[in-house]
Amino acid sequence: MRSTVYAVRGELMQRGEELRKAGREIIFTNIGNPQALGQKPLSFNRQVQALVNAPFLLENERIIAEFPEDAIARAREMLTKLPGGVGAYQDSRGSPAIRQEIADFLQHRDGYPSNAEHIFMTDGASPAVRMCLQALIRDSRDAILVPIPQYPLYSASIQLLGGSLLPYHLKEESGWSMNVEDLRNQVRLGRDNGMAVRALVFINPGNPTGQCLSYQNLKDLIEFAAEEKLVLMADEVYQTNIYQDELPFVSAKRVLRDIGGSVADELELISFHTISKGVIGECGLRGGYMELVNIHPEVIGEMYKIASINLSPNTMGQVSISLMVNEPKPGDTSYEKHVEEKGTTLASLIRRAHIMTDGFNKLEGVTCNFTEGAMYSFPRIRLPPKAIQAAKEAGKPADTFYCLALLEATGISTVPGSGFGQEEGTLHLRTTILPPENSIKEVIARLTKFHEEFMDKYR
Amino acid sequence: MTVSTDEALAKSDAFPLSEKNISAQVRAAQYAVRGEIVIRAGELEEELKKGKKLPYGDSILYCNIGNPQQLGQVPITFFRQVLALCDYPEMMANPHADKIFPKDVLKRAKEYLAAIPGGTGAYTSSQGAPICREHVAAGITHRDHGIKSDPGNIFMSDGASQSVHTILRMLLRGTQDAVLTPIPQYPLYSAALALYNGTLLPYYLDEQNQWALRLDECKSQVDKARSEGQNVRALIVINPGNPTGSVLSEENQKEIVKFCVRESLVLLADEVYQDNIYIAGKTFHSFKRVAVELGKEAEQLVLVSMHSISKGFYGECGRRGGYMEIINLPADVKAQLIKLSSINLCSNVNGQICTAMMMNPPKEGEESYELFAKERQGLLDSLKRRAKLLVTALNKLEGVTCNEAEGALYAMPQLKLPAGAAKAAEESGKPVDFFYCKALLESTGIVTVPGSGFKQAENTYHFRTTILPPEDQIEEVTERLSKFHAEFMKKYSNSS
Repeated sequence: MRSTVYAVRGELMQRGEELRKAGREIIFTNIGNPQALGQKPLSFNRQVQALVNAPFLLENERIIAEFPEDAIARAREMLTKLPGGVGAYQDSRGSPAIRQEIADFLQHRDGYPSNAEHIFMTDGASPAVRMCLQALIRDSRDAILVPIPQYPLYSASIQLLGGSLLPYHLKEESGWSMNVEDLRNQVRLGRDNGMAVRALVFINPGNPTGQCLSYQNLKDLIEFAAEEKLVLMADEVYQTNIYQDELPFVSAKRVLRDIGGSVADELELISFHTISKGVIGECGLRGGYMELVNIHPEVIGEMYKIASINLSPNTMGQVSISLMVNEPKPGDTSYEKHVEEKGTTLASLIRRAHIMTDGFNKLEGVTCNFTEGAMYSFPRIRLPPKAIQAAKEAGKPADTFYCLALLEATGISTVPGSGFGQEEGTLHLRTTILPPENSIKEVIARLTKFHEEFMDKYR
Repeated sequence: MTVSTDEALAKSDAFPLSEKNISAQVRAAQYAVRGEIVIRAGELEEELKKGKKLPYGDSILYCNIGNPQQLGQVPITFFRQVLALCDYPEMMANPHADKIFPKDVLKRAKEYLAAIPGGTGAYTSSQGAPICREHVAAGITHRDHGIKSDPGNIFMSDGASQSVHTILRMLLRGTQDAVLTPIPQYPLYSAALALYNGTLLPYYLDEQNQWALRLDECKSQVDKARSEGQNVRALIVINPGNPTGSVLSEENQKEIVKFCVRESLVLLADEVYQDNIYIAGKTFHSFKRVAVELGKEAEQLVLVSMHSISKGFYGECGRRGGYMEIINLPADVKAQLIKLSSINLCSNVNGQICTAMMMNPPKEGEESYELFAKERQGLLDSLKRRAKLLVTALNKLEGVTCNEAEGALYAMPQLKLPAGAAKAAEESGKPVDFFYCKALLESTGIVTVPGSGFKQAENTYHFRTTILPPEDQIEEVTERLSKFHAEFMKKYSNSS
């Protein structure tokens, strides 16, 4: 446990907290936490949530008058899906009725049926990821293929569970692409070193990298995993954060079913989703789910057992999942407003993705791939030798040194690339694209000024 | 849940992930509260839904789990009002808001929203939103007669279970690390010890003496373990007890604290039932207060106290909320704890706010106080009545003795079953209390948890039932149970 690191809330954030407590204005761009930066939750969702939290309000005439009728109807319906109401433990996988809603959503999204019995709701996607890794990792010989750069939940969890992380590098120059040959080599390397390679993780859209995988890419990944008998873990939490049209989101499940044949029957796939991201951004409610495809019934039984030790996922998270997968329909009272709110947020995210990318690309020595999806900018920074030296003297990795200096000078809190893993000899930082539109230009301005000064200082 | 066997899947031998190659710790962990019997109950419930007629009626009676609101317990109005406003603050803009919500509700919701950036939809600091921790600390201070609690020592959680996982994960380095665990115990502990590869070091509670905690018993277990090369890391105490329902005396608690200091054990105090005490002459004393009042003798005590919104008179199980207060943890260890908490970002904010309100409820003089106090008292009185009713009924059964449910939400009767039952159980490959509980379920629809699920002294058999069936159903439960028990005893007394 001592060796585990989780940089998203690591040194930079802690320093930012210190400065904030000392009275400095800090802009936290270290974490994908939209509502903390002013993003509004969806009205319909919160109306239903409030009514479900306090069902006696449904008897109150003033509330009935104030709330849209579909929110009221949905709240009543929601309560029937949660026996005992939101104060009662539910099925350890989450309410069966809501899991059916998820299955229906998946069917609609992918065009293939989904089995509600094989869906587990959890307090966010992170506990679901951990549950799977916990089942997979027996000892240090068990290796999990993880993309580099990666979201450090994976590295931290693998470390905690006593397993091994087997990296496969995404190629920055070609839009953070992955190469099946690289994967194959890594597997061979792992096996030659006595490892049992258990699973392959991929994050689509990518975090921190923001790339969206093509259909072909997914097909290659799936066929590779099937060939090598790896469990495929598809982190798809950013599936509705797509900021371009060339690479729309395609789920691993859909590609698997399209492939058909023995691969579709045998490839063990676990897909993760969450309410924390997208345009609903309900991080604080803690809700997510995983869909298990072709997982052995005995393993599902074990996972159920582990889930049962924590009784059940929190009910408000479940409510929010239901609202995410089963939205107002055309003709419903709230439909138009709901669509408008979502569209406004998405359009704003697209604009901000461009603003951040362009802003970084204007900086000396900095290149930044476009944020095709997810919520982050992950620019590569190239620092002068004097800066590298200063960092060494300070006892910090060079990107951490840069990020700390950025924080002190501008109040902007980012996460150094070393927190995510990166190609040796490269430096990066991750920032979110979430600062509100009315302040994002200021963020870029401050960043630009700092960078110019920093480069001049260490020239 | 029915785990259906897919023939095609079951045939293949070389699954990437299967029972053969799943983590051994996962395989070893067990949790009977939602185990086999409960799964069977789920199947029966499905059958009932499909219209099948069962001999005992049209409902399964879930007495296996402390899940009060599932059985009709009404939540505390103030809590739900504030939470609803936190989820949809726009209600406060309604010109009639003060006619829908009492003033103190509006004030409280505004207070939380002002202090929590992004309201219930944003990640908070990993330890929990400062205002929630402040409210918890204030509540602890009040509860502990003014002994100050530091919000910096509070870690909010998605329920006490999560805190248990976190602490045990931190304490256990390998199988040589052992934790003193009460027998019988709430099986979260045995499950977590299995998951994190630690060793469960049992100390047997004394059933003959109201499930008393015997320190001489603890000491001999510690000495034995150490002589075998084990590091004994901590002592788990559940007070009020689960499944036993016993409440410790202050004297006993003082001795426990001193014992932990002497033996260098972390004291893990599971105090989630602190608001569930039913008998005169017994009161909740927090281990924190006991330790502080001991003064110098207990200065070195490392204490982790856990509480939850799931029990008490608020019963907000589904919401998942709670906290742990950590006393005397070295700063570097605390930093590790914060790091560990950060990987899951934070606990759910609705749960954090509810926990804050649990520890900082309406005060006398405030608008909502009267209703709050009425709801609280009504529930506690009802739980007290039901505890007595159930234990009395259980003690009437042949061969059954049941200690009083002094606190918590359960009764844990001991069964002395005829030899014929033991034989039949053996033939079925199950412990005899499991056999009994299964038969109870099939005959009456009542779902309980066999004592073996909690561990028990050798050659004793128990089952645990909650005291939660609604008052108008409790008589039905005891009637069905009595009838079944009489038939069961008759059946297996006659068989050889």
